[in-house]
Amino acid sequence: MAILSQSEAQAILTKVLSFSKADECEASLSGNIGGNVRTARNTISTSGANDNVSLAVESRFGKRSGVATCNQFDDATLRNCVQRAEEIARLAPESPEYMPLLGPQQYVAAPDSFSQRTAAINPDYRATQVAAGMQLCDQQKLSSAAFLEDSAGFRAVRNSKGLQAYQQRSGITYSVTVRTPDGTGSGYATADYNDASKLDTTALTATAAKKAAMSREAKAIEPGKYTVIMEPAALVANTDASLLAALMGALDARNADEGRSFLSKKGGGNKKGEKLFDERVTIYSDPTNPEIADLTFSGDGRPHQKTTWIEKGVVKNLYTSRYWAQKAGIPDIPRPNGWIMEGGTQSLEDMIKGTAKGILVTRLWYIRPVDPQTLLYTGLTRDGTFYIENGKIKHPVKNFRFNESPIIMLNNLEAIGKPVRMGGNLVPPLKIRDFTFTSLSDAV
Amino acid sequence: MKRRDFVGLTGLATGALFLPSIPGFGGALVAPERLLETVDVAVKKRLADAALNAAKSAGATYADARIGRYLNQSIFTREKQVQNIANGESYGAGVRVLANGTWGFASTNDVTEAGLAKAAQLAVAIAKANSKVQKDPVKLAAQKGYGEVVWKTPIVQSAFEVPITQKVDLLLSANAKALEGGASFVNSSLFQINEQKYFASTEGSYIDQDIHRIWPTFTVSAVDRASGKFRSRQALSAPMGMGYEYLVPKAKDKIAGPSGSGLVGYKMSYDLLEDITAATREAKQKITAKSVTPGKYDLVLDPNHLGLTIHESIGHATELDRVLGYEANYAGTSFATLDWKAQKKPYGSKVVNIVADKLQPGSLGAVGYDDEGVKTGQWDIIKDGMLVDYQKTRDQAHIVNQDHSDGCCYADSWDSVQFQRMANISLQPNKQKMSVDDMVKNVDKGIYIAGRGSFSIDQQRYNFQFGGTTFYAIEKGKIAGMLEDVAYQANTQEFWNSCAATCDKDDYRLFGSFFDGKGQPAQVSAVSHGSATTRFNGVNVINTARKIG
Repeated sequence: MAILSQSEAQAILTKVLSFSKADECEASLSGNIGGNVRTARNTISTSGANDNVSLAVESRFGKRSGVATCNQFDDATLRNCVQRAEEIARLAPESPEYMPLLGPQQYVAAPDSFSQRTAAINPDYRATQVAAGMQLCDQQKLSSAAFLEDSAGFRAVRNSKGLQAYQQRSGITYSVTVRTPDGTGSGYATADYNDASKLDTTALTATAAKKAAMSREAKAIEPGKYTVIMEPAALVANTDASLLAALMGALDARNADEGRSFLSKKGGGNKKGEKLFDERVTIYSDPTNPEIADLTFSGDGRPHQKTTWIEKGVVKNLYTSRYWAQKAGIPDIPRPNGWIMEGGTQSLEDMIKGTAKGILVTRLWYIRPVDPQTLLYTGLTRDGTFYIENGKIKHPVKNFRFNESPIIMLNNLEAIGKPVRMGGNLVPPLKIRDFTFTSLSDAV
Repeated sequence: MKRRDFVGLTGLATGALFLPSIPGFGGALVAPERLLETVDVAVKKRLADAALNAAKSAGATYADARIGRYLNQSIFTREKQVQNIANGESYGAGVRVLANGTWGFASTNDVTEAGLAKAAQLAVAIAKANSKVQKDPVKLAAQKGYGEVVWKTPIVQSAFEVPITQKVDLLLSANAKALEGGASFVNSSLFQINEQKYFASTEGSYIDQDIHRIWPTFTVSAVDRASGKFRSRQALSAPMGMGYEYLVPKAKDKIAGPSGSGLVGYKMSYDLLEDITAATREAKQKITAKSVTPGKYDLVLDPNHLGLTIHESIGHATELDRVLGYEANYAGTSFATLDWKAQKKPYGSKVVNIVADKLQPGSLGAVGYDDEGVKTGQWDIIKDGMLVDYQKTRDQAHIVNQDHSDGCCYADSWDSVQFQRMANISLQPNKQKMSVDDMVKNVDKGIYIAGRGSFSIDQQRYNFQFGGTTFYAIEKGKIAGMLEDVAYQANTQEFWNSCAATCDKDDYRLFGSFFDGKGQPAQVSAVSHGSATTRFNGVNVINTARKIG
């Protein structure tokens, strides 16, 4: 039942709205099927599966709002859910930031957001996919730990003002860490797609295995400012905080206007329109891009459209809530899902070849904010850190802790490579000068 | 409902915008009265037996069923307004089985005998599919069945019984104090959790537990438009395994910080209005506080700060699944391997005694039985500076030649598979009398740090960096004004070996981590860390101020 068609979903939502006695009512239906499998020490450790459809109803009386949810769809349950939302709304305080529900909207099409091949995955597929990587590591006497997770589903919205939305989407993510048995080498690789048939777990495991073998007997070099080549997985993480996601997460107009953002201006106002980064930095979002296709409507029904956030180093747009957009009289743009950093044509290998002295970083880890005033973050390198000399990887180096701001980093840009998908975004490898490593770590 | 579904759904609601970003706060949104209901234990036993029988019939050699109602209420305010009040209920069952020596797990929100039986059959099918690529069969430490038993967090008053208006009034009164004191912005919130957990296994345990947790917190921000600087100060409260009594301040629970700091620490009750008044004063002071000169300092760390350092550098490092490599792909492994332990190197100085305690009163991790039916207790992790034991589950005990689990198994929901999670891990106080002023008076050049701040540690728990909420310079035995831009970097073993002294039990307090993340898919857990104020000598302090644009 989990992936309802547009007509099935809208039929349920229409029925929900017909039960409403509120001034305004919006109903949203969301369903997913999927599963996961996790391995460690070259064997499966845990696995799971899920299959669920949920309905959320928001009812409003004036500026009072209430939300209730349910996951059964007989008439009695639907009526009860609507009534509960209305009861909660009547008891709720008036929202000073109330905005009326949106009316009908135009949404762009993004057919690549869903793949039937991902929706058809079963437990045997998952076991086979991870078994291939485990077998490779067994053969090479290495130890792997991996995670495969897939999901396919839909989201549908309808409200009493005439808004209607429906879209299907799917995704699969695989990550693998390979370690040498003596614990002196570790390598990592990850990839994510809408379409599971693009995933090659064997190739990714082979990359991680090669990095594990290469990273043994790492040499310690002094912390300090270095030229670094950051692989895409070092710039954006699937599951953890990251430097580029931190930057994109800080483009909120209200925080900037309220004086508590790196985009706040001395004396008031914000820095939209100012050049804050190297002129080669351009970041935009486009939910129809076939590589990272995603929902074309936001949680509150606003359309996601192609939007330029940073163009040639200049901050072009900030995202905002509908309330703040109206209050501040600024463009009403929702926060994007995935985003695209424009790059060049150079491969990672080309970038290494063009580097006289530098450090190649596979992955950054445990990235946490230190100072929101400057967007300073700390974290560490992990799972494959190498010294580059005269265009070649010379030897592995011990891991470093860094303290760096993505704002400073994107001003110290040396080169941009070819973007690849990472965590639902398109991210190029970057070569950056004067990246600040502050101490050494013994961790492998 | 899965949290990720909930995340997608609630974006449409003006009232529900905040909840999705908070792990563990999913579930169906319900009327507040629903939070006071319970399910008859006889019904739960019948349902659990349906799952266990179905699992055995399908070929399982072991099975456990967890029927859980996970209830939560969260209240969010900002300045003079309520942003959101949400009441969540997540009700369902998870069945874990061993078949062909391999784990299988499945869950269902169809809480009927047929629903649980179907989940049990699916769990067995998954176990059998996975067993084709499994090499070593799972070995469980022996565990006797306890029959029908109950356990309840020893609370005075359930937070869910307190009228919402009373709780909203408290938060808005606190916000008013901040605004009167000159705060630019203030956010305050109250999280309340009740886990009604029923566990049954094929070994004959039927365990009914009622677990309560609460966390009041706030952030006060000061913005200086002229200089463009902004600073914030967070609450010095701790999330606790308590009822609403935590929010009824008592004089006996207040501990003065070092003379000259004006700070107050809180034990088993919290004075929100007092703390937010102090926070507002400090947030404004932080704008003009002196920027720290980097270098080596003796650090005097308040328990509400040190708890996070204990959590990251000892709590996670001594989890046996990390030690063995089961978390290698995500949170990482540990330096404290079995080989490292055998070398008998000191983890810390002689004054470092770390105890794991799953029953500590007021703690977040207190339960009578864990999520695989093991009765909980207390055990030593570090004794006189030496690592003596790890934190284990039933399927790990044999790896370290032990015959019992420590009761460290936990799942954050009925639809999450249980796995090894951290116990309350605490630093024992000084048996000799020592107050924080006694400690500070002997420090020549140091920094006193209170509250949680930035935190980061490597994947084997060697190198860490911590910030804090407030920082005070110590010069020649006295507090000498506020500092800013402070973070310390250290290596776990060097740091704990530099531990010079702890204050006594009168200064002992709990710190809590309400949303500790681990595993893939990620699960949260809540855990406390107790300590008294503690001194560390010669720690490297960096200055975190930068210039941009």
